[in-house]
Amino acid sequence: MNDTLARLLALCFLVAVVGLLGLVWAVSRRQFTHLAAGARVIFGPGEEGRAEDPVAPSPALLQRSLGVPPPAASPPADVADRTRADRSSRGPVLWFVVSAVVWLLLGSLLGVLASVKMHWPEVLDASVYTTFGRVRPLHLNIIAYGWLSMAGVGVALWLLPRLLRTPLRGGRWAVAGALVWNVGMVLGVAALLTGHTEGVEWLEFPWQIDLFFVVGGALAGVPLLLTLQHRRVEHLYVSTWYIIAALVWFPILFVVANVPGVHFGVEHALVNWWFAHNVLGLWFTPMSLAAAYYLIPKIVGRPIHSYQLSLLAFWALALFYSQVGVHHLIGGPVPTWVVTLSIVTSVAMCVPVLATAVNLHFTAFDRLAALRHSPTLRFVVLGAMMYTVASVQGSLHALRSLNTLTHFTHYTVAHAHLGAYGFNTFVFFGAVYFLMPRITGAEWPWPRLVSAHFALVVAGFAVYVVFLSIGGLLQGAAMLDASRPFMESVEVTLPYLLARSVGGTLMTLGHVVFAAHVGGILWAASRRRAAAATSMAPAAQEVLS
Amino acid sequence: MNAALGTAFGAVGLLALAGSLLVGAPYAQLRGEGAPAGLRPYTAEAARGREAYMALGCIYCHSQQPRDPRQAPDAERGWGRPSVPADYAYDHPHLLGTMRTGPDLFNIGARQPSRDWHLLHLYDPRAVVPGSIMPAHRFLFDVGGAAGPEDVVVNLPGGGTAVARPEALDLVAYLLSLDHTYPVAPAEGSVP
Repeated sequence: MNDTLARLLALCFLVAVVGLLGLVWAVSRRQFTHLAAGARVIFGPGEEGRAEDPVAPSPALLQRSLGVPPPAASPPADVADRTRADRSSRGPVLWFVVSAVVWLLLGSLLGVLASVKMHWPEVLDASVYTTFGRVRPLHLNIIAYGWLSMAGVGVALWLLPRLLRTPLRGGRWAVAGALVWNVGMVLGVAALLTGHTEGVEWLEFPWQIDLFFVVGGALAGVPLLLTLQHRRVEHLYVSTWYIIAALVWFPILFVVANVPGVHFGVEHALVNWWFAHNVLGLWFTPMSLAAAYYLIPKIVGRPIHSYQLSLLAFWALALFYSQVGVHHLIGGPVPTWVVTLSIVTSVAMCVPVLATAVNLHFTAFDRLAALRHSPTLRFVVLGAMMYTVASVQGSLHALRSLNTLTHFTHYTVAHAHLGAYGFNTFVFFGAVYFLMPRITGAEWPWPRLVSAHFALVVAGFAVYVVFLSIGGLLQGAAMLDASRPFMESVEVTLPYLLARSVGGTLMTLGHVVFAAHVGGILWAASRRRAAAATSMAPAAQEVLS
Repeated sequence: MNAALGTAFGAVGLLALAGSLLVGAPYAQLRGEGAPAGLRPYTAEAARGREAYMALGCIYCHSQQPRDPRQAPDAERGWGRPSVPADYAYDHPHLLGTMRTGPDLFNIGARQPSRDWHLLHLYDPRAVVPGSIMPAHRFLFDVGGAAGPEDVVVNLPGGGTAVARPEALDLVAYLLSLDHTYPVAPAEGSVP
């Protein structure tokens, strides 16, 4: 044991020295000074100061809200670059995004059902297929691997050609990947519905079905490699780092955690939670940050506040986030030093989180008037704010004292939704609103539905998070008081669980509106193309601001 | 490809570091752990019941990891002494759980050793635990048919009977096997 500790200390020392040397090297080679210019690579010459949001009801008002004189028209070469980029990624992005939206609808309906069962256990309790213990993992897996993963890959495939200023290469591989991934999803859902589960949270799909995700994910990764090789930019923008990292992290995590026959007993629990937290931290989060780092500067027409800070945030996230998972086992039968390590890194997550917060929020800070006129910005900025809140909250309740209260309660569920919904899902909503008009060439047909969607999910989510957090804290307090019978910790949560169902229902209604609108723009796009084909007119020039 | 490769290698390197710390080192530390003398392997029936426990998703509301009395009053609730890694020597996969919507079950076999109680509780949780929000598992029973001589019959509070299907009997056998009241040396360096 002491040997292990000594070796760990030596290792930490070594890592710190390597990190320091890296820093010295970076400073001596003026990497940081070079970097500052990197923030501008997503703008063409003279494009700064131009507001861009294809959903904005009035682009003129949005532009005026920035409070800066609008620049002259964008250089034609840059417009052409982006148009080509968007056309090249159209097919694969549509496959991933549309599939994701379908899974979102199904996953949220199951989420509401699971929620209702908590305060009304008689609902649909006659059949094993609809018992709580089946519905709950279906909700999680469909949202995690159907909605968030597919939306993340879709957004990444759209971003890459724009970031690398070259058309997407090998898009067909990604389309094949989307198909294989969807087959895996359908099989996985069927398996869980019929009780074929690995029995481990976040890893429920049987390992045979996991192979579909390995193959599908690998196919979707091919265009990344091919497009990177053909890139026409000097500098890789920060969003690209996050996409590259996420696409190497997730396959490693997924294979290590799912490989059959290796893990045992308590060690399995460690792998379980190392994986589960990393799905959020090293897969959904980098994809969402990639989108936020691109969209916020684009919409408010200004480069990221401090580009150097984003470099620090990226590597700090990679170092710390990958080690936080075991805070899910505080007080559990696992070696204490592993738990302590995870607590320390959980608190250290404040570094990348605050660095990212400063960066994203300061970029938009004195241009917040744009929120009134840009629906996309509302989604993305609110998402970025939730990232800050959820992460600081996570750092705090990784501390043993607070964790004792919140562990094993609904509070954790509220926290998980603050991250996966408040942050990841909100950012992906914003990204989908931005990218669909760009890749389809059609307009969102009913702009008011965007506001309705926003109002429903914000109201629903506020109810969800506030009430479930309070209920969870009351539940934890009741459980820690040995003089109160256990049943009190159940009864005290009931009104809050009911409120959660109300919030979840509002969110789901918002998703129905969103899905209908996605259907609407696809329909509009197909009409447009049909009209263009019959008139034989030259394709209308894509109007890119 | 320099910057791209650098990012990819750096990302993989840091993940490898995390993996070796959080998974690799504990793997080496825990691999030699044998089962305590008081712990018996699962019987075939209990092992099938464990599969049912997984397939029915019991884990989403029940933990199997009592905490140290210095941290939380788990022992006072009758959930048992703090568990140690050796207690899980026969557990593939682990079923530690992260929710206590219902109570911890690590010693449910000792706390509630009656098979009939468990069967009725599964059939109609609120008949034995008023206010419980556990889903009824009536689909694990046959109601209305004539019971054979071998059948295990549950007498329902409102009159009538139900016959437990094999899956219900396996599940109860598993629950009854959850008895970790044997003594163990406390885990090294355990701190609440």
